[in-house]
Amino acid sequence: MTEPKIIGFLCNWCSYRGADGAGMARLKYPPNMKIVRVPCSGRISPELVLRTFREGADGVMVLGCHIGDCHYSTGNHRTAKRMPVLKKLLEYSGIDPERLYINWVSAAEGEKFAGVIRDFTEKIRALPPFMETMK
Amino acid sequence: MSDKRSSPMEKQQARVGVYVCHCGSNIAGVVDVVDVAKWAANLPNVVVSREYKFMCSSLGQELIEKDIKELGLNRVVVASCSPQLHEPTFRNACNRAGLNPYLFEMANIREQVAWVTTDKLEATKKAKALTAAAVSRVAHQEPLEALLVPIDSNVLVVGGGIAGIQAALEIADSGSHVYLVEREPSIGGHMAQFDKTFPTLDCSACILTPKMVNVGHHKNITLLTWSEVEAVDGYVGNFTVTIRKRARYVDEATCTGCGVCQEKCPKKVIDDVFEAGLGYRKAIYTPFPQAVPNYPVIDRENCTYFIKGTCKACEKFCPPGSIRFDQKDEILSVKVGNIILATGYDLFDARQVSNYGYGRLPNVFTSLEFERLTNAAGPTSGKVVLRDGKTQPKAVGIIHCVGSRDKNFNNYCSVICCMQGLKFAHLVHEKTGADVYNFYIDMRTAYKAYDEFYQRVLEEGTLFVRGKVAEVTDAARYESEKGRLIIQVEDTLAGKQRRIAVDMVILSAGLQARADSKEVAQKFGISCSADQWFIEKHPKLDPVATMTDGVFIAGACQGPKDIPASVAQGAAAAARVMSIISQKEIEIEAATAIVDEKDCVGCQQCIQVCPYQAISYIADIKKARVNEALCKGCGTCVGACLPKCIGLKHFTDTQLVAEMIGAMQTMKDFEAISAEVTA
Repeated sequence: MTEPKIIGFLCNWCSYRGADGAGMARLKYPPNMKIVRVPCSGRISPELVLRTFREGADGVMVLGCHIGDCHYSTGNHRTAKRMPVLKKLLEYSGIDPERLYINWVSAAEGEKFAGVIRDFTEKIRALPPFMETMK
Repeated sequence: MSDKRSSPMEKQQARVGVYVCHCGSNIAGVVDVVDVAKWAANLPNVVVSREYKFMCSSLGQELIEKDIKELGLNRVVVASCSPQLHEPTFRNACNRAGLNPYLFEMANIREQVAWVTTDKLEATKKAKALTAAAVSRVAHQEPLEALLVPIDSNVLVVGGGIAGIQAALEIADSGSHVYLVEREPSIGGHMAQFDKTFPTLDCSACILTPKMVNVGHHKNITLLTWSEVEAVDGYVGNFTVTIRKRARYVDEATCTGCGVCQEKCPKKVIDDVFEAGLGYRKAIYTPFPQAVPNYPVIDRENCTYFIKGTCKACEKFCPPGSIRFDQKDEILSVKVGNIILATGYDLFDARQVSNYGYGRLPNVFTSLEFERLTNAAGPTSGKVVLRDGKTQPKAVGIIHCVGSRDKNFNNYCSVICCMQGLKFAHLVHEKTGADVYNFYIDMRTAYKAYDEFYQRVLEEGTLFVRGKVAEVTDAARYESEKGRLIIQVEDTLAGKQRRIAVDMVILSAGLQARADSKEVAQKFGISCSADQWFIEKHPKLDPVATMTDGVFIAGACQGPKDIPASVAQGAAAAARVMSIISQKEIEIEAATAIVDEKDCVGCQQCIQVCPYQAISYIADIKKARVNEALCKGCGTCVGACLPKCIGLKHFTDTQLVAEMIGAMQTMKDFEAISAEVTA
């Protein structure tokens, strides 16, 4: 049984701080997801996500500010439009779109953050390793 | 992707130093930091790898500085806490040793590993993966020079309560100009409504109004009451603020504040703002006699002229002829360098606790109503009487924690209610001689001279019942209860249920964030907590700054607070702003977007998605170009650029991919090892 390998792209202002909040509240969650900090979820180009799958990630998380809360006012509007299209593209390429997870987590939502990580890790654990599905 | 395109090795061999922090036992208690440091020594480009008790201490920082100089490090990675906390600390340490601060990277192994992982082995593996990610990333980082921009010395203060007044006066006294924007017709805030202040029992108006007058007369303060901020643009040092100055229908230049208009106006309106619904005002009014500024406003909704088209009594009698029915809202645009939000709180709506009967039982009062009742300038001239306006109560019950420390409403403690309840007990005693009961969950009388006040009220004979009141009712069971209010409570010290008959009940209602705090936060680019209070940059070490540079918070908009704490925060926010102003110039984000003009096809996708209009199209060369002073470094353009010719400094594709690969490779290596072990 291999442990799922997950990369999370988190915006600096809301979700990364939500992750810090989970830490400060000492909430426990599985260690599979490794965070790559970006200034805004709008920075996450589809290519970055695809490149992460190519490297063998079993799941990719994109977490940003809630709509209306974006530190850059409308950066996350782009994420909200871009990521569903990327999911379609994944599906078209034969990749289970469920492996890409998009959600909004604010700086105050440590508890939500820990919950989201727990749920997604369990979901990915139930799927076969990504690289095996590509053989 | 461009991760293969450029190798930093060609330019200069990276020499990385790795420093793993124990953070006392915070990290070392869960993560095997010695193992992480040893393991990291074998990562590519790593010249030295050490662990230390507290990397953020001066000794820890000196360790880094010494290694940079002696070992010729040109990249530094610290694996410790969140970069939100100590990235600036270590960037400064690098800078002192002559290394560009952007050649530093942090791995967050405290908040993201030690504090959230139970299994020590797994925690150590995750710490290694994050450290490897940072080592992999840092090799590709490039030196950047921060852009310096001048700071506009003007300041915007939003909210004219005691916190905003204090902040405005401090800044104005230092010589900078302040725009003080207040939504109501006068400054003064909640404090202007209070009668006495705890624990000294100073008259609230006596200590507040001199400050209000100072604001009104200060040569460095532009006071904009009856006004609201509509929009905020720009960044620290250079904000442009759009303010709507609502029409007062009174010419401020000629009005003398004589008050004749208010006397002559035939329309009486219940004043549910300043008098908390207990008193009346006219349709043209100043909220209270000491209002600053002292010129009135016409309340359009209730003015007979605006409703029926006739009356104009105020205009007829106004001695200087200052009434202007045709006045329009003005939209002002002001430039400021810093902003302080001091927007205060709303009182918890006690109607929500239906078992306490507020709004149904006439002699149940809220704390704010009682403040007006006992105020000598209030509707009863300071007489404590029942809702009928004449009967003095013989027994009064004061209920603490209404809407606070209550799962059904707000979980938090509203801080001020215990002391407020004690103050009310003292005032009722003094004015009526009635029996006073205080119903409390816990007495919280921290801070200077507060507990002494509690002792004093105890000695005065106030009765204290520990227990959460179940119900306030007028349904009498006994002859002696008829016509009175009965408080049903479990006395948890005596261990029995009690029914206590009183004539008046005062609900010490809690404090809540303003109903529109979320909207205001969005306007100023800051965040709200789950309870809708504005979030400070750090709960202990940076209580008045926010995540947005140049936007500060003070007073109860940040959380429940009493007057001394609000004044302290107002002054603290002012000091922070003054320190920025005195720097004259400020460094702004160096991590801005940049267009590789060679590859740009001029599709203008980036221009469409930029939230700041920071990218323009240079028509004669058909290329996009970024204005670095306007760019805030979100990178949304990078996500949109199809030919991948726009990049974000410090968050380049190469750097992010390197970071991702660093983490992935470590995870894969551990997977391979555990597969071997199983085999």
